[in-house]
Amino acid sequence: MMNFTLNDTTRFLLFAAVILTMPIWLIPLGGGYPDLMQKFAIYGIFAIGFNILFGLTGYLSFGHAAFLGVGSYAAVWSFKLFTMNVIPAVLFGVLFAGLLAFIIGFLSLRRSGIYFSILTLAFAQMSYNLAYSVLTPVTYGETGLQLSQQDPRLIDNLFIEEVSTGLPSTTLFGIKMSGYSGFYFCAVILILCFFISMRIFRSPFGLMLKGIKSNQNRMKYTGLNTRPYMLTAFVISGMYAGLAGSLLAVTDPLAGAERMQWTASGEVVLMTILGGVGTLVGPMLGAGLIKYFENIFSGFDNNVLTNAFSFLPDSVAEVVVPVVGLFVGGGWHLTLGILFVVIVIYLPGGIVEGLSRLMAMLRKRERPVNGNMKPQDQPGE
Amino acid sequence: MDAIFLQILNGLDKGAAYALIALGLTLVFGTLGIVNFAHGALFMLGAFCAVSFNKLLTISTKVEDKTVTLFKAYKEKPYLEIWFPDAGPVLIDFAIPLSILLAIPVMIFIGYAMERGLIKHFYKRPHAEQILVTFGLAIVIQEVIKAYFGANPIPQTAPDILAGSASVGSWIGLGESVVYPWWRLVYLVFSGVIIFGVFAFLQFTTYGMVVRAGMRDRETVGLLGINIEKRFTIVFAIATVVAGLAGVMYTPVLPPDYHMGMDFLVLSFVVVVVGGMGSLGGAVLAGFLLGIVQSFASMTEVKAILPGIDQIIIYLVAVVILLTLPRGLMGRAGVMDD
Repeated sequence: MMNFTLNDTTRFLLFAAVILTMPIWLIPLGGGYPDLMQKFAIYGIFAIGFNILFGLTGYLSFGHAAFLGVGSYAAVWSFKLFTMNVIPAVLFGVLFAGLLAFIIGFLSLRRSGIYFSILTLAFAQMSYNLAYSVLTPVTYGETGLQLSQQDPRLIDNLFIEEVSTGLPSTTLFGIKMSGYSGFYFCAVILILCFFISMRIFRSPFGLMLKGIKSNQNRMKYTGLNTRPYMLTAFVISGMYAGLAGSLLAVTDPLAGAERMQWTASGEVVLMTILGGVGTLVGPMLGAGLIKYFENIFSGFDNNVLTNAFSFLPDSVAEVVVPVVGLFVGGGWHLTLGILFVVIVIYLPGGIVEGLSRLMAMLRKRERPVNGNMKPQDQPGE
Repeated sequence: MDAIFLQILNGLDKGAAYALIALGLTLVFGTLGIVNFAHGALFMLGAFCAVSFNKLLTISTKVEDKTVTLFKAYKEKPYLEIWFPDAGPVLIDFAIPLSILLAIPVMIFIGYAMERGLIKHFYKRPHAEQILVTFGLAIVIQEVIKAYFGANPIPQTAPDILAGSASVGSWIGLGESVVYPWWRLVYLVFSGVIIFGVFAFLQFTTYGMVVRAGMRDRETVGLLGINIEKRFTIVFAIATVVAGLAGVMYTPVLPPDYHMGMDFLVLSFVVVVVGGMGSLGGAVLAGFLLGIVQSFASMTEVKAILPGIDQIIIYLVAVVILLTLPRGLMGRAGVMDD
């Protein structure tokens, strides 16, 4: 039997290979087109970043959507004001999300447990409401922030003389960021992010965070001031979210406040939980699965269903189609909610835990081993 | 003076809804130790009880319209009006208050089923998991309602007799301009009665005394031979009913739609935390307080100085209170002290 304790280098290479070959192996699954794969990569980054906070420290933030939104806005403004090149846009997105995360984290991290969740939620809702009301000169409120012909684009105008018709598209030094090039750009960033997250998990800093999760009081008694560590983790995680937000703007240069709503924060929590909290690949798995099924399921409508169940006798199909119809198409969120509940109840460790349980069962069948005792984490409450 | 009084009144009705939801949340948290993110969905379910009851009463059939003489015309007429020409229209007019009769058993059933079926398994699990599972449940409830009732708000009307506005100003010697809708007055009184009822139940009955003792130390109460779990289940059902009734009576104020629960939940959680986790009095106080503060912040005079303040004031207050008073307004020591 194969030994499944991979070392980090092979794990990283495997991850990179799987991500980069996505266009090939997703074709039989019906997901091999760039728009969807970009979403996988972007939400993968978002979830990996969220996991750095929630997985390592156990602090459940319900406000990460705010950073995603700020990243998007910053990126679109960079497109509007400076250049259509994506590099500055991404940098601005990360920078502003990091700044916001620093402010919110500085205040919210004074409390822990449910108070922390509520505080982050309150800040995120505040940002959302502000984006809709007072900040409309910056965010363009309900219409959303979009590119237009009249944008100054200072840097681009210095170098490019031609007057093009229609809106310009985002580029990386001349390469258009749409289709496969856009996907590979996101994929490379995703792989970089995965590498950084892996290094954080293995670093003394990461171990410190795990210590805080296990028992914050004990960490404090040893004379350690935990707050700077927490704040760093929070800011890093916020920057990941900002990066994801700016990449969303790269693939489709518009930003709307609905990205900041707290249901969006709930979604990233769900992705992380579904994949496996505190594991390296879990969040990526969760993000991919949810976006994949969202795409597949919400495409179903009654016509597709009627065709799919046409083998049944009419009387049965008349009952089955509406019932199944509840769960797909517009009702996809219902499936998501049920999935959420089921995962939390039966598999709190997510898919990764499920897989490792499966492996353990298979191994046990081969040779009985002593019960392995693992230290139990207690979340920082 | 008039304007200030009016703003206080305006804040009270929203505050009453916050207070009722927050009361239920706190009750559940204090007894079962569960952070229930599905509580807003229960409020919404209550509102849709009223909608369903209204629909039930107005099941109609086509009858010939005798007023049109030129040709044969048909109009919809509720069966109730056909069967009981006198009482029928009155019944339909009073659909919203009457739907309380439907809402109570339905909400008790939902609360009981929810606690026994799902929440029970989460007593010993970390708060983060409780939040997650109830959040998932809230999504499920919301989507089921959306599937049956559609995504648009369904306006409900208060009984005709309560349709206009009360000239509250002239009652207490203020200007005639201070008027307030009758229905909102009814809502205020109603929520006052419910809040008083819950407090009286906990304070003056033996049953409530046991529950309060259980909130302090459930193990000792259990050792005394009392089935505290069963009582807590009933407390959960009561909290569900409170949320449901708050929803029923709120329908004429705000047309119910499927996401009203989520909207109110976030604010109610803020209310609970501001009031102090586990403090019933704090929840009620903070509910009314934040309702009034929000109402003042939406005055045009205030908005002229601080634009957009009405959108964020509640969160702002919550942040300030949480950072300065770690236990909220009336939180007890030892309850969720980090």
